[in-house]
Amino acid sequence: MTTTASTASSAEVADLPLLLESPGRRMWRRFLKNPVGVTSSIVIVLFFTVALVMGICSMLGIYFPYNPNTTELTQKLLPPSAAHWLGTDNLGRDVLSRLLNGSYISLTVGFVAVAVSLFIGVTVGAISGYFGGWIDNIIMRVVDAILCFPSFFLILTAVALLGPNIMNIIVVIGLVSWTGTARLVRAEFLTLRETEYVRAAKALGIRTPGIIFRHILPNAAAPIIVTAVVGIPDAILTEAGLSFLGFGVQPPQATWGNIISDGKTYLLDAWWLIVFPGMAIFIAALAFYLAGDALRQAAESRSERK
Amino acid sequence: MPLLEVKDLRVWFPVHGGVLRRKVGDIKAVDGVSFTIEPGQTVGLVGESGSGKTTVGRALLKLGPATSGEVFFEGRNILPLSEREFRPLRRQMQMIFQDPFGSLNPRLTCGAIIGEALTTHFKDMTAAQRRARVSDLLTQVGLKPEMASRYPHEFSGGQRQRIGIARALAVEPKFIVCDEAVSALDVSVQAQIVNLLMDLQEKLGIAYLFIAHDLAVVQHISDHVLVMHHGRIVESASSDEIYSRPQHEYTKTLLAAVPQLA
Repeated sequence: MTTTASTASSAEVADLPLLLESPGRRMWRRFLKNPVGVTSSIVIVLFFTVALVMGICSMLGIYFPYNPNTTELTQKLLPPSAAHWLGTDNLGRDVLSRLLNGSYISLTVGFVAVAVSLFIGVTVGAISGYFGGWIDNIIMRVVDAILCFPSFFLILTAVALLGPNIMNIIVVIGLVSWTGTARLVRAEFLTLRETEYVRAAKALGIRTPGIIFRHILPNAAAPIIVTAVVGIPDAILTEAGLSFLGFGVQPPQATWGNIISDGKTYLLDAWWLIVFPGMAIFIAALAFYLAGDALRQAAESRSERK
Repeated sequence: MPLLEVKDLRVWFPVHGGVLRRKVGDIKAVDGVSFTIEPGQTVGLVGESGSGKTTVGRALLKLGPATSGEVFFEGRNILPLSEREFRPLRRQMQMIFQDPFGSLNPRLTCGAIIGEALTTHFKDMTAAQRRARVSDLLTQVGLKPEMASRYPHEFSGGQRQRIGIARALAVEPKFIVCDEAVSALDVSVQAQIVNLLMDLQEKLGIAYLFIAHDLAVVQHISDHVLVMHHGRIVESASSDEIYSRPQHEYTKTLLAAVPQLA
């Protein structure tokens, strides 16, 4: 060792790093400082816990407070009361029980459909952005073509043809909604593949999968997480829309959408059939959107700099 | 035999225009550049921004395109090689980058950044051997072995540049392109990094292509200096000669632009 290669001197300590924390931790800290973000995540966790408990209970055959599918014609269209907190529907089924039971279907659709769309979107976007050239050109024209179709009617048609069961609905929503993610991931890859650390990895002879999975994808994680969170309410709303039109999950299985659909005939006599499931959809969707927005703000690199 | 021989290297970027995106011309970023680098020698490459210095450096390591010409590394023309054929040679030729903040992946620890090169090129190394080698490299560039577990954001600019140097050294290269390697650093830190590079050269016999726009730094480190202007080399002479007897007008302008300390 020679003298000049001694440990970092005071001059180097003087130009201390501007960022004292990792990008991930910084995003997390800023997210926790945002009351909207925290509140909406608490709501999401609440919904998620209820859905999880309800899902497990229904698998075990335990229902709360009543069996959501037991019809009791003497009890039909009762307004909210102590016995039936949210009233009963036209077949005498307890609305609260159906709402709780439906939550796990609705949230499952949201999460799984987003997982499907994320998988396709990230893969396609990564290939398009990383390799560029004619591969990128072809992929982006296909994306444009898919975006030309009104997606809801595409989903409606596909579900009508394939049969409206929950698996088909999830897969079809996922298959139609990946284009936005693909575009976003492509844009991230186009930027990140020009960074010096990616160039350094190439100079070292790191193979393409290593560059993509170790160097580019982890650095594109923040915007991908944000689109995923915002994609969940979209999928929930799409499923609700399909159910409302009768192409969603089939009765007697309750979902938020088909409770509204069943109740629409009695709109003027039994408002509780529409209002409560509508509120569930509204609150869940709003919570996801707001959480997504708070995440996006937290990930934004510019907003904190003075 | 020279370590590296560049013959008539050209890098032209096509310019497309009109509705049909037809090729209407070329930007001649590098236009007929030739030079040689001997083992263990430092060649300085100076010129203003946009003169094509970085493009030359990238083309030599096949990190950027080359339109025509030949680049011989130890007598072997590397430009026609495929990435697979070239990969073993990447061990011999490395690069140190300008931006100490942009050249390290923020998601990897310092140890992972340096160790990644080892997993690629030294497949039979055990994890313990890799750790030992990373510690050794960190010491070599003046950092502490225990810093391996830290992330890039926990280092200062000069320390980050040392990590970049350790990463390049990991594969035991014979030739390193230093692309504006000290330009983004404070003057006092610059001197330390330059001295580190010179020490490493003395110890390991590495040849450098030292790209910079700062003539004072280049004179200090280089044996031979190339002056680049608009994609061409306008002057090529030994370090002393270029400062005492500049021939080309552009070199004289560059020299006149060096700030003098009273």
